[in-house]
Amino acid sequence: MAPLDPINPVPAHPRRRSILKGVAAGLVLGALGPAGRLITAQAAEAAQMPFNAYLRIDPDSTVTVLSSQFEMGQGSYTGLATLVAEELDADWAQMRAEGVAGNEKLYGNPAFGGALQGTGGSSSTPGMWDRYRYAGATARRMLVQAAAQAWQVPAADIVVERGIVRHAAGHQATFGDLVQAAAALPVPTDVQLKTPSQWTLIGSETLHRLDTAAKSTGRQQYTIDVRLPGMLTAVVAHPPLFGAKVKSFDASAAKAIPGVVDVVAVARGVAVVAKDTWTAIKARRALQVEWDESGAETRGTDDLMAEYRQLATTGNADVARNDGDVEAAFAKSGARLIEAAYEFPYLAHAPMEPLNAVVRFQDGELEIWSGHQFPTVYQQTGAKLMGIPPEKVKLHVLMSGGSFGRRAVPDADFIVDAVTVLQATGAKTPIRMQWTREDDMAAGHYRPMYYHALRAALDEQGNVVAWHHRVVGQSIMRGTAFERSMVRNGVDGTSVEGGSTLPYRIPNLKVDLITTDSKTPVLWWRSVGSSHTAYSTEVFIDELAYAAKRDPVEFRRAMLKDRPRHLGVLNLVAEKAGWEKPAPDGIFRGIAVHESFHTFVAQVMEVRVRPDGGIKVVRAIVAVDCGVAVNPNVIRAQMEGGVGFALGAVMKSAITLDKGRVQEGNFDTYQVLTIDEMPKVEVHIMPSTERPTGVGEPGVPPAGPALANAVFAATGRRIRILPFNSKRAQSA
Amino acid sequence: MVRLKVNGEMHEIDVDPEMPLLWALRDVIGLTGTKFGCGHALCGACTVHVDGMPTRACVTSISTLTDREIVTIEGVSGAEAKAVQAAWEALDVPQCGYCQSGQIMSAVGLLMQVPKPTDDDIDGAMTGNICRCATYHRIRQAIHQAAATLPG
Repeated sequence: MAPLDPINPVPAHPRRRSILKGVAAGLVLGALGPAGRLITAQAAEAAQMPFNAYLRIDPDSTVTVLSSQFEMGQGSYTGLATLVAEELDADWAQMRAEGVAGNEKLYGNPAFGGALQGTGGSSSTPGMWDRYRYAGATARRMLVQAAAQAWQVPAADIVVERGIVRHAAGHQATFGDLVQAAAALPVPTDVQLKTPSQWTLIGSETLHRLDTAAKSTGRQQYTIDVRLPGMLTAVVAHPPLFGAKVKSFDASAAKAIPGVVDVVAVARGVAVVAKDTWTAIKARRALQVEWDESGAETRGTDDLMAEYRQLATTGNADVARNDGDVEAAFAKSGARLIEAAYEFPYLAHAPMEPLNAVVRFQDGELEIWSGHQFPTVYQQTGAKLMGIPPEKVKLHVLMSGGSFGRRAVPDADFIVDAVTVLQATGAKTPIRMQWTREDDMAAGHYRPMYYHALRAALDEQGNVVAWHHRVVGQSIMRGTAFERSMVRNGVDGTSVEGGSTLPYRIPNLKVDLITTDSKTPVLWWRSVGSSHTAYSTEVFIDELAYAAKRDPVEFRRAMLKDRPRHLGVLNLVAEKAGWEKPAPDGIFRGIAVHESFHTFVAQVMEVRVRPDGGIKVVRAIVAVDCGVAVNPNVIRAQMEGGVGFALGAVMKSAITLDKGRVQEGNFDTYQVLTIDEMPKVEVHIMPSTERPTGVGEPGVPPAGPALANAVFAATGRRIRILPFNSKRAQSA
Repeated sequence: MVRLKVNGEMHEIDVDPEMPLLWALRDVIGLTGTKFGCGHALCGACTVHVDGMPTRACVTSISTLTDREIVTIEGVSGAEAKAVQAAWEALDVPQCGYCQSGQIMSAVGLLMQVPKPTDDDIDGAMTGNICRCATYHRIRQAIHQAAATLPG
């Protein structure tokens, strides 16, 4: 999501004192106990002896990393635990992690300016790289100090290995033995981090994810699994058009169904509250709602795309980047002009767990159990709705069944649904607000539709001398709290990123943007702007290479001479794919390279044409440079999953509107990748000593264009309209 | 009153007989390992075994299940289940993990029928189980790895 800068966090280094301040101030909020129950800060301190705000050591020596970074499958808990365990010299088997939220002073993300707790922009590892290592190192120092005092030996003579604290004279202790004394010591402020040569866990290929066992046995708890005494389930009927409102409703038939407790008007629709989920869903079908559609979006996606196409030639564009003199270069005689346009649909995130939240109000305090990817926003939303101060809103962080950006939503739509149902029912009992798949699919907040118009000029040697890239589409940031920082000179950076940061050396280069309006809400979707700009730029580059009769790898290399990390992954993937040799019989290859969130990824897709004319993706080869590889197992998983997520989207997925109505309701019409379409994936990680960067999103962008380029190699067809299986793409 | 035998245990539940097994398991019996993803047998997250066959709990009314043997992720056992779960853990298959109960129930069902499945067998048996994290690459590897540890 938000492409804020994780490489230049603010503050540049964590204030070390603040790492531990939380203890004295009792600031460990929303910590979940071992049984998953909430324990108060005080109880946590007494029972669990929290070292500080970022980790807790139990008497049984279990080390629990308190992760500010939300776990939605991308491995943030395991990644931050790797940082802590490394500096603590812990044994990996003693590590655990759980989510914490609700205190942006402790948990603000430096990548978001430091004042907001949130997970996105592939920023968890880079943003927390220092903070969580210092937390581990500080705790280690205090454990050693406690041992030194207990054993009356110099601290310098004590070693810590795999969770055991030792002295040569035969003394030995576990972290659990020492934690009580250690926690009472003054907090050191001059802790040194290990040098890379001292690392034993960072970069280790053998560290398993912390949550695999729970997720392989059905034991992992998600929001949908939260059970509270007296809890009722609510489903909400939302307007059928974006911007429509409730005019009136008749609840009599719904209320007649046994098990229905209440039917109430809420901010975003009408809610049915029942004893169980099935009854709530069934009763909602019996609910009669009349909608006021006077202010609603009534255009279809075909209408919108026609407008975008028109605007691309007639609209006023805001300039995002302008190098040299593009128009003069195009006008020069001898320049060969190549043009292409690309069309991108709305995309739903469609996480496997439809959005939901559990809410309870008692003793003046609102509690929200959910997949809190944007805790600061949800805490403030809850407080505002209830008319209570934010510190009276307690967030319980549950792992979520996916997100891909959907659970970080500035208007907090799903939290608003839950809290307003709670209010409308008098806050008497806890409420679990659950969307169905159809609710989730129709709820908007899509990756925006875009139209890209590209043109380039080639000189007689086949070099690109001019490049103009125009993007037309809705802004994600406009109208949100991020508008002020993210929209500059009319340009929402997320609309053009990846295009405006084109790495190729082209003397005359212009990227501009025409921002459109619609009531259809839009949102960041895994890899944000790069989810479309990588496709248009990397397919267009391939088109230019073909026009220039040059090899696509050599063509790129020539323009990346001063971009060593792009070049590095491009060369690595080409080598691993055997690009210099002809592909095996019947196999066709395509390549793409793209940087997103400061991580560099190149991919080769290998395809063959099935007897029925369809395309089978056989193998994906991925090269990734994400700086220091903190947890290679997690990096590989994110590259594999990123490839699959992207292939499904470009081949099959689209949200379409007909007269404003969303046409896709479930996975029969909103199609996503299935296992029979998944290629084998090989991931090659570039050795690096650079500061680590994120991996949750960067595996996505190059997969689509690499596939499209392979399809061109196989069939001679350029796919410029997504998804591949859409009627318009098939007839283009 | 509907009688359901789940993981070897009898439950008598007093709810709408048309209630899908998914919601009876989750909201009435209290077994939450079986997940809701689509409600229309389109994603496989709710897969359980009924008389040993992988079945989508979200579209199976409890009225059709009296005295049938229902097994959920919480109760799945036997050589195939052990092998599959061990392989899942060895290869770190799950990412968000939400679909994995269903994936595992389908994979166990496959190995009970086909002890040494080919890639095509896996595709055929697992295509109805969607994973938005696209852990498919490791799912396929893990099923092969589980099969390798089973006799037959």
